[in-house]
Amino acid sequence: MNPVSSHAQMGIDALRAMATPLADFRIMPFGAEALDARLASGGLRAGALHEATALTCSLVDDAAATLFFAGIAVREARLASAPVLWVSCRNDLYAPGLEQAGLASADVIHAQPRDDAALLAVVEDAVRDGTPAAVVAEASKVSMVATRRLQFAAAEADMPVLLLRRHRGRDRDPLCEPSAAWTRWRIASAPSERLGVAGVGRPRWLVELARQRGGEGFSLIVEGCDATGRLAVPAVPGHRTAETAGSVRRAAA
Amino acid sequence: MRELGRRSEMAEHPFKRMASSAASEQMRDVPQVAVAPLALIGKVGRRDEIVAACPAARALGIHVGMAATYARALVSDLDFRPAEPEADAALLDRLALFGIRRWSPIVAVSPPDGIWLDLTGAAHLHGGEERFCQRLQSFCRRAGFTARIAIADTPGAAHALARYGRHDIAIIPHGGVLKALSPLPVAALRLESGALAAARKFGFETIADLLPVARGPLARRLGLATIDRLDQALGGNAEPITPREDVVIPAVERRVLEPIGTAEAIAQVMHDLLKDLAEVLQRRGLGARSLRLIALRIDGGEQVVAIGTSRPSREVPHLLRLLKLRIERIDPGMGLEQFRLLAPHTEPLDAENLGAILAGESTLRDPARLVDVVAGRIGPGAVFRIAPVESHVPERAVRPTRPIETAGSWPAWQRPVRLFARPEPLSRVIALLPDQPPRRFEWRGRSYKVVAGDGPERIHGEWWRRNAEVWAVRDYYRVEDEEGGRYWVFRRGDGVASETGDLSWWMHGVFA
Repeated sequence: MNPVSSHAQMGIDALRAMATPLADFRIMPFGAEALDARLASGGLRAGALHEATALTCSLVDDAAATLFFAGIAVREARLASAPVLWVSCRNDLYAPGLEQAGLASADVIHAQPRDDAALLAVVEDAVRDGTPAAVVAEASKVSMVATRRLQFAAAEADMPVLLLRRHRGRDRDPLCEPSAAWTRWRIASAPSERLGVAGVGRPRWLVELARQRGGEGFSLIVEGCDATGRLAVPAVPGHRTAETAGSVRRAAA
Repeated sequence: MRELGRRSEMAEHPFKRMASSAASEQMRDVPQVAVAPLALIGKVGRRDEIVAACPAARALGIHVGMAATYARALVSDLDFRPAEPEADAALLDRLALFGIRRWSPIVAVSPPDGIWLDLTGAAHLHGGEERFCQRLQSFCRRAGFTARIAIADTPGAAHALARYGRHDIAIIPHGGVLKALSPLPVAALRLESGALAAARKFGFETIADLLPVARGPLARRLGLATIDRLDQALGGNAEPITPREDVVIPAVERRVLEPIGTAEAIAQVMHDLLKDLAEVLQRRGLGARSLRLIALRIDGGEQVVAIGTSRPSREVPHLLRLLKLRIERIDPGMGLEQFRLLAPHTEPLDAENLGAILAGESTLRDPARLVDVVAGRIGPGAVFRIAPVESHVPERAVRPTRPIETAGSWPAWQRPVRLFARPEPLSRVIALLPDQPPRRFEWRGRSYKVVAGDGPERIHGEWWRRNAEVWAVRDYYRVEDEEGGRYWVFRRGDGVASETGDLSWWMHGVFA
């Protein structure tokens, strides 16, 4: 072949790669059309760092954020048939509750480091090891540099790293701190649909995407995880006012 | 005692002698002071018998083979303890192992109370047989045992002389076995009890009585085994000793030309050592469960780091990564010059059948490597799975377990995702008795208005654990407040019978 033309061919390929807006990476769709359509690439990027936090510092919102990530981890664990590593300094996670979101006892390995520094080291080790299907970490103090490291490691290993940012104070929003995460979520629990009888319906969450790369933020009411970790979008939104598609209720970080 | 000597002669200090004599008396007393009359009881057949008695007990008339009840009646304040044959065997085994390392390469336990040492070609290393016997005896005395030692041409003869000989130390020269054995009783030949009874019946008392008898009739009367034992003792039959095997810990060693101190150099040495060790392990079909790296500094100090794995492994990159996590704990000082890598805990590791994995029917990915990596960072206790426990009480339904075990599952009752370690009290609760969820409650200084509730899920106390739980009942409700928070609250008591609880309300967890 003519060396000049092959050189030109390479250049064209490189240019085409540069011009393509989306990189070629694996996507984890939520399986709910309303949610996936608003994400830039039709789902969450698998090899990336994703952050979520409770909308307020109340415990119920924290529980909703926990299960939101648990659902993502479950679907990833089923796909890769590998365990999920759950790293947390606290021990109030209740395994039977996780199992009801699909994360059975056989699917989770728990690690309980002493502090956030050890936690980040463990997460990075685990991601570089490549065995787990996903890593879920609960931390409150994570620096920009640490998130960038995690993002690089996750992209290299093609493994989702789900970082649950805890509130450090009543008035401090964890998402105010800068971060290299691919997406940043705020999750709150929302009133469930009133049933005809006196009972609690399927849980609903207010899911607010504060920031995503290559896309807009939004907020949406979804129905919580079922036994396989799947979310659903309610047929008739209970609170139309809460759903403000395409814009963000709160200032994104 | 010379107290009044001439003035030019120094008189001995009167108290010095006394003190020294008192001390020597005390020294002589040591064996006697330690002994309160003691006897060990064991089960022989269907009855409890004395299986061992100390000299003091024997002086009181207790002898081996006496019924335990009889001995108790005879001496009421005798110290009786149960015999522990397994512990004795373990001690003998340890002693045999020690013997392999110190005295002779061929050492075997001769149950229940002896050890065979093959001294052939090893005695001169200890300064001759006589000197060896003395050293062995003093070693045993220091260790707290009384020992009887016999050296003879055959194991059988040594066995007999050590137990039935006249002296504590008996060294029989070559060819002297026949003469030495002749006066011993027939029992010295390790005979069965049936053969012994027959020998008594026929009037054979000493081994000398057996020797002139023709072998054919002797075999008919006492059994062929007796002839074998006799031949073994006299050297007519060979009796090889099966030695106790000393398991050698796989170990490799490297010395470096120049002392090293940088992390990269140490990592390189670790890599080389691991490659050597992997070969050793592969040859023996083993995998390491723990590794210990000992680095010698040039000032003579030792630096020891250790790692553990959750499954046996001899995979160099994996073990190297675990070891590298420990480099920061090595203090090189002025430099390290010698490295030893040991595998103190190994387990068999053979080839695995990869058929299922190659065919794509793979099951769950093996988490052992991940567990090792995380455990190397934060300690093995901090990595775990959570396994179910068969208990309805929520806080007891979970327990941590080893991370490479997979456990079962929980019943599908609605459970919160976060559970409080201690339930928190609710105040100002308004609820209809006996089985309605609360309408409103206050918790952590805020009041909550409940719009929906499920329940009750009644959980009874576990009466087999504590007396206080015999009647205890908790009624759990899952309630939702106006803002969409879903909580797990419970009431103590069933609302009807007062002994089931005091009707106080508690918050135990939050649902998503």
